[in-house]
Amino acid sequence: MTDNLQPGSPDKEPASEEQAAQVTLGNTEQAEAATTPTAPHQRPTLGRLFLENLWAANTFTVTLLSLVLAMVVGAVLMIISDPDVLATYAYITARPSDAINASWTLVSEAYANLFKGSVFDPGATTLTAALSPISETLTYTAPLVFTGLSVALAFRGGLFNIGAQGQAIMGVILAALAGFLLPLPPVVHLLVAVLAGALGGAVWGFIPGILKARTGAHEVINTIMLNYIAVYFLTWLIVQKGVQDPNRTDAISRPVDASAQLPRLFGEPLRAHGGILLAVLATWAVAWLLNRSTLGFELRAVGANPDAARTAGISVTRTYVLIMVFAGALAGLGGSQMVLGTTAAALTPLVIAQIGFDGILVALLGRVKPWGVAMAALLFGALQAGGNRMQSYSGISLELVTVLQALIVIFIAAPALVKAIFQLRAARAARLQTSLAKGW
Amino acid sequence: MAVPDVAVAAVDEGYWTRTRKVGLVLLALGLLATVLFGALATGEQARFTLSENAAGAALEVNGTVGAILFGLITLAAGAVMLARLPKRWFIPVLAVGLVAFVLSFLCWQVSAAPDGQNFMPLVNIVRGTFLLALPLIFGSLAGVLCERSGVVNVAIEGQLLMGAFSGALFGSISGSVWVGLVAAAIGGSFISLLLAVFSIKYLVDQVVMGIVLNLLALGITGFLYERLMQTNAERYNSAPRFSNWEIPLLSDIPVLGPALFRGNIFLYLALVLVLVIHIALFRTRWGLRTRSVGEHPTAADTLGVKVLGLRYRNVIMAGAIAGIGGASYTLALFSFTKNMIGGKGFIALAALIFGRWSPTGALLAALFFGFADQLATYLGAINSVIPGQFLAMLPYLATILAVAGLVGRVRAPAADGKPYIKG
Repeated sequence: MTDNLQPGSPDKEPASEEQAAQVTLGNTEQAEAATTPTAPHQRPTLGRLFLENLWAANTFTVTLLSLVLAMVVGAVLMIISDPDVLATYAYITARPSDAINASWTLVSEAYANLFKGSVFDPGATTLTAALSPISETLTYTAPLVFTGLSVALAFRGGLFNIGAQGQAIMGVILAALAGFLLPLPPVVHLLVAVLAGALGGAVWGFIPGILKARTGAHEVINTIMLNYIAVYFLTWLIVQKGVQDPNRTDAISRPVDASAQLPRLFGEPLRAHGGILLAVLATWAVAWLLNRSTLGFELRAVGANPDAARTAGISVTRTYVLIMVFAGALAGLGGSQMVLGTTAAALTPLVIAQIGFDGILVALLGRVKPWGVAMAALLFGALQAGGNRMQSYSGISLELVTVLQALIVIFIAAPALVKAIFQLRAARAARLQTSLAKGW
Repeated sequence: MAVPDVAVAAVDEGYWTRTRKVGLVLLALGLLATVLFGALATGEQARFTLSENAAGAALEVNGTVGAILFGLITLAAGAVMLARLPKRWFIPVLAVGLVAFVLSFLCWQVSAAPDGQNFMPLVNIVRGTFLLALPLIFGSLAGVLCERSGVVNVAIEGQLLMGAFSGALFGSISGSVWVGLVAAAIGGSFISLLLAVFSIKYLVDQVVMGIVLNLLALGITGFLYERLMQTNAERYNSAPRFSNWEIPLLSDIPVLGPALFRGNIFLYLALVLVLVIHIALFRTRWGLRTRSVGEHPTAADTLGVKVLGLRYRNVIMAGAIAGIGGASYTLALFSFTKNMIGGKGFIALAALIFGRWSPTGALLAALFFGFADQLATYLGAINSVIPGQFLAMLPYLATILAVAGLVGRVRAPAADGKPYIKG
C-alpha cells in the first residue's frame, strides 16, 4: 500500500521493458515532457526507469543472466576436463598469464563455435554456407516447439505432463507406419502421416488424462511409466516383419516414402523443413486456444483452482481429459517430425532423442506461455545446432549442451538465487514464479 | 495418491467390492492360464533345477499338467475371492493366485523350450533377480527417505548416475574400492544437495527440479566421460572391484545360499539398509519425526521439530544411499558408460510407489521388478514366443494399475512435495 505513495510506484511503470526501451530510444526528453502532466508527483525519467529495470529481477534479465551463469559453469567444466589447460594451473602462482590465456583460448573458441554453428559464421563464402547455421537451428527448433507447447499447455491446466517423451514416441511410430505402409498420393500422404502422429500422441495422452480424471491417479507417475512402455513398444515394433528394413539386420525400420516427407525450405543441402512453419502455426493455435477460446478459459480456471472451477459448473473431469489429449497430440506432432522431417527417415530405438524431456525444459524456460515457449525452443535449437559444431571443431562433447540447458532452467526456476548472485533489484511484478508445488 | 482436487470414485460398498473385482481379474487370469497355457504347453518335463545348470536335483512336472494345475489354483483363488472372503485373507489369497499364475506360465514356457533346454536354473534366476534389483533397492530406499520427510525425489536416476560415475572416477584414480565407495556416496548426495537447496530454500517445484537434475547429471557425467574416461580409460575408468564374500553355513542353503550369500558388499548392504531404515523409520524418535514432517510439518514444527533441518539431512542421506546404489554397478560389475543407469532410477521410483513408501514394500517391489527383468533375459535365451520387451513393460504397467487404485489404493505422505514455509 505504501508503495503507491512513493515516486516510481510499481503500478505506473510501463508495461514492459521493450516499451520502455522504445520510448528511451525515441526521445528521452520528449517522453519526459509528455509524462509530466499526467504524473504530477516527482517521477524519474523513463530512461532512468529503463536502466533501473534493466538490473531488476524481471523475466528478461533473469533469463539472460541465467544463460550467462550457465555458460560460466560450462566454461569451468571445460577447463577442469582439459588436461593441457589444467597443467598450466599447476604453476599459476609463477606465471598466471599462461593459465588465463590457455583457459581463455579454450573457452572462447568453444563458445565462438557454438555461435558460428547456430547463428552466423563470418567465414562463410557462399549463400548456402551462410544460411546453414540458421537452417540447422530451425531444424532442431521445430520438434522442441511442439513438445514444449505440449508440456506448457498441460501446465496451464494444472497438470504436469512428463509424458511428452512417450507421446512423441507413439507419434513418431504412427507417423512412420503411415509414412511407409500407406500408398497415397504426395500431399495427402504427408497430411495423413502428420495426423497419424498427432493421433498416436493423443492416445498416449488420453490414458493418464482419463486415469487422473476417473481415479485421481497422479499424472506425473503415470506419464513417467507410459514413457518407458512406449520405449519398449518401439524397440519391439522395429524388428517386426513388415516394419524392419528388409535389407538390414539391425534395429531400423523401412524409410518413410518421399511422398510423406515435409518439403525443405531452402533447397537441397540445407536441412530446414516445413516443420518450423507448422510449429509457428501450432504456437499461434495454442495461444488462441489458451487465451481466446472457451476451452482455454476452462482450462486455465481448472489450472488455477479445480474446486472453484467445479463450483462454477466446469467439468473438471472432461477438462483434464481434453488437456491431456491436446498435450499428447502436440507431443505426437513433435515426434512425427523426427521421421517426416530431415533428421531421419526411419525408426530407430533412439529416433526421437530427448525431445520430450527437452520439451519440459523449453516449457519452463518459456514461462509456460506459447510464444515464450517458441522463443525458448529457438534458444535450445540454437544450442543444439551450435553444440554440433562445437563438438566437431573444438572437440567439446555435445553433452555440454545438455548441461547448459539444464543449468539455465535451474537458474530461471530459482530467480531468488540469480537475484542474490547479481544483487538485482526486486522486480515490479512477481511474474517469475515457475513453481507449481503441489506434490503427488 | 488421493488427490483432493479430483472427484475420487468413492469406495464401492455395493456388491462389487474391491475383493470381488480383484477376484474377477484372478478368475480371468486363471482361465487364461488353464486353457491357453495348458494348450500351448508340451508334454515335456519342465525341470526347475536347484543349481546353475541342467544338472543336479530338480523339481519336475509335466508341462501340460503343471500349466493346467497351477491355472486351476489361480481359478480357485479367484473363486474364493468372489465368494465371501474375510479382509485379512485378501493379501495371502491374492499372492497365491498370482504366484500360481506365474508358475503356470513358466510350466508352459519351460516345457515349450527347444529340446535340451527344458530346464530353469533357479540359482541363476534368484541371483539375477537380486542383482538386477540392487540399484532399484538402493534407489527406492533413497526415495523412501526423501518422500517420508516430504520431498518428492524424482532425481533418483540422477543420483544413481552420479554415484556410479564418481565411484568409477575416484575409485580408478585412487585405486581403492573404499575411496570409490565414499566418492559414490558424495556424488549422489551432491545431486540431492542441489535438490534440497532448490526445493527447500528456493521453493522450486520438486518434480520439476528432479527432472532437471536428472538431465544435469546425465549431461555432466556424459561430458566428463567423453573428455576424461574415453581419452584415458586406463587412468580414469578402470576402478577396482569388490570381490564376493562368502558367508559360511548360510551359503550352503540350497538355491538361496549360492544366490544370496556369495554376493558382494552391495547385496549385503542393501538388505541391511532395508532392515535398518525400516526399524529407524517406525521404531525410533528420528523416524517418528521424519514421518511427522512428511505428513504434517506445521504440527511437527509446533512440537519443536526442526522441519527444514530434518528435511535437508534426510534428502542428503538419501542421495548418499542412491550414490552407493550407482556404485553397485561401477565398483562391482561394469566400467562406467554414458547413461548407464538407463531408466533404473525411474523403476526405483515405481518400486517406491508400488511398495507404498515403506522400506520393506520397496524391497519386495524391487525384487518383483528384478524378477520380471531376469525372466525377460531367461525367455530371450530359450527363444520364447513372448517378446522380452513386453515383460520389461511389466513394472511400469503394474505401477500404473497400482496408482489407479486397481490393486489397492496407494497414498503418498500428505506433505510430500509441498515446501514448508515457516509462518
